[in-house]
Amino acid sequence: MSGETWLVLGASSAIARAFAREVAARGDRVVLAGRDEADLQITARDLVVRHQAEAAVLAFDALAFDSHQDLLSEVMAYRQGPLSIFLAFAEMVEQAQLGANFAAERRMLEATYLGAVSILSHLAPLLEAAGAGRVVVLGSVAGDRGRPKNYSYGSAKAGLHAYTQGLRARLWRCGVSVTTIKPGFIDTSMTWGLPGLFLVASPEACARACLRHALNGAAVRYVPGFWWLIMGIIKLAPEAIFKRLNI
Amino acid sequence: MELAGWGRTPRASVRAARPERLAEVLAAIGAADGRGIIAHGAGRSYGDQALNDGGQVLLTGRLDRLLAFEPESGVLECEPGVSVGEVLRLFLPRGFALPVVPGTAFTTLGGAVANDVHGKNHDRAGSLGDHVEWLDLALASGEVVRASPETEPELFRATIGGCGLTGVITRLALRMQPAASRRVVAREERMANLDAFFAAFEAARGAAEFSVGWIDALERGGASGRGILEIGRFDPESGGDPPAGSRLPGVPFDFPSLALHPLCVRLFNRYHLQRLDEAGRERVVPLERFLFPLDAIHDWNRVYGRRGFHQFQCVIPDVAARAGIGALLARVSRSGAASFLAVLKTLGSTGRGHLSFALRGYTLALDFPHRRGIAALFAELESIVRDHGGRVYLAKDSLLSAAGFAAMYPELGSFREILHRVDPEGRFQSDMARRLEIRGAGS
Repeated sequence: MSGETWLVLGASSAIARAFAREVAARGDRVVLAGRDEADLQITARDLVVRHQAEAAVLAFDALAFDSHQDLLSEVMAYRQGPLSIFLAFAEMVEQAQLGANFAAERRMLEATYLGAVSILSHLAPLLEAAGAGRVVVLGSVAGDRGRPKNYSYGSAKAGLHAYTQGLRARLWRCGVSVTTIKPGFIDTSMTWGLPGLFLVASPEACARACLRHALNGAAVRYVPGFWWLIMGIIKLAPEAIFKRLNI
Repeated sequence: MELAGWGRTPRASVRAARPERLAEVLAAIGAADGRGIIAHGAGRSYGDQALNDGGQVLLTGRLDRLLAFEPESGVLECEPGVSVGEVLRLFLPRGFALPVVPGTAFTTLGGAVANDVHGKNHDRAGSLGDHVEWLDLALASGEVVRASPETEPELFRATIGGCGLTGVITRLALRMQPAASRRVVAREERMANLDAFFAAFEAARGAAEFSVGWIDALERGGASGRGILEIGRFDPESGGDPPAGSRLPGVPFDFPSLALHPLCVRLFNRYHLQRLDEAGRERVVPLERFLFPLDAIHDWNRVYGRRGFHQFQCVIPDVAARAGIGALLARVSRSGAASFLAVLKTLGSTGRGHLSFALRGYTLALDFPHRRGIAALFAELESIVRDHGGRVYLAKDSLLSAAGFAAMYPELGSFREILHRVDPEGRFQSDMARRLEIRGAGS
């Protein structure tokens, strides 16, 4: 028993499911939060049967900003030991699909960016008061540089990267680590069937890496690690060249 | 994407859905077009059973959650994509084992049920289907129905060994048993010929926990059927302590076809059989290594190269077994079609499903690399099996004829009636179903 409690937000995704298994295997308590409660109940039962862990399910909608404070209060009441958070929710719609549909674009930005900001802003004082815990935020390589394919989604993730950067400095002062994970190609339903993927990592490997980096108190990490090099090159490409590239 | 079974031939071009929750399973079934859809687990059936060329497959690997476990009854409830190996990894340390496991731990439980698999203990434990309490099945209509021997007994019998054609299993419950030990005392003995094998199997059947024979299928005449009989029993000494883990090797590349030259195979078989001296030997091995010897070599199917291979597995009822197995081995050795060691086992009783493979008798399994003329050889083997009242195992099959299939599976009529009721439009389809005309001719 390592005696922490992990709140997993957006817990139906493959990476979040795998992450929940990782922490449950350590003996941590897990709170699964997301929209598909029936599905989360199954995941919770899996953690109980598989690892004899303690797991609970809470309804969570990133867009229902007003409900986030209550959600965190419930988690605080349930928790055992320090509270840590794995923020894995996002809504990804490619630019081509969005077209000129601003309503859909706004929804995506609000869910991906403002939803995260809302949760983190309510969470920060709780973690400061506790003086313990970890925050893991799933960012994206899409947030490193805007590309024609998904710059709107990328801008939300870029905002989230900057937000967590500031939060990291703030919470560091009270002993809470904030880790930003930037996944490359992970074999999830988000990437399933997409052409042109290479060196795709399993959600299990990604989850293990997320936990490892969180426990080490790392700041920003690419997963798998070699994406640091790929994105390093992509970030360095001069705009005059980058805008001509088809990536 | 392109998919193949474990034999790597035939191949199929399919559209694949990989649902992670029930709603996505139902959506995929609803989205299937006229070419239909079929569930595909770990891809460990050898032939075209889980393929659907030009149509859709539903990959079940992400449906891998455990839902409940009752230590008192041993009943485990889970999703269909959980593998046999995962269940053993999690539950052997808690003192429970699956009562029946196939020769590989990589199979999913859904796939194992759809083939009503057997192990090296069939005389004692029966087939996996005998230990299934109930199944939740997503039907062509989008409805999810629970089938058990009490409720929907006909649908239950059609789904056990039903090759995925009744629907997609979304949950299942099966009864595990207390594991006597995590180690097996394995005794190997040399068998001079087939008569010696049959005599030894008859003695072992009632007494042994596990039994399996390895035969050099290249031997002819008086030495035909020469091989090793391996008898296993749980090791009472070792109790529950975990066996030391070992890193598993893999086959990192496709072997060149020269490796399958009859001379090479003969040398391998000779070496494998003659390492054992006259007195035989007894050793204690971890349960998993005893049950899944080939899993120790990842991707062993690559040994057969790019062209792939076919496995022929049949069962011949007791009364005709000696004659039937003898005739099959004679035909195979005459063909010179190089096959690594053949596997001989006994089966104890008839399976529960309409298309269950098992019946009381002897089962023989042989591998053949894919090559021209293989279909003609398989047709001959098929007729030998038919003449001796036996049947071919669909989990391994890629070449059986529709007429042969209908003759070997007498409950096919009942199976078709169920399909007609639950899937009148034929939404669940596979290359095997079309080849064997499982739904009936021309559909």
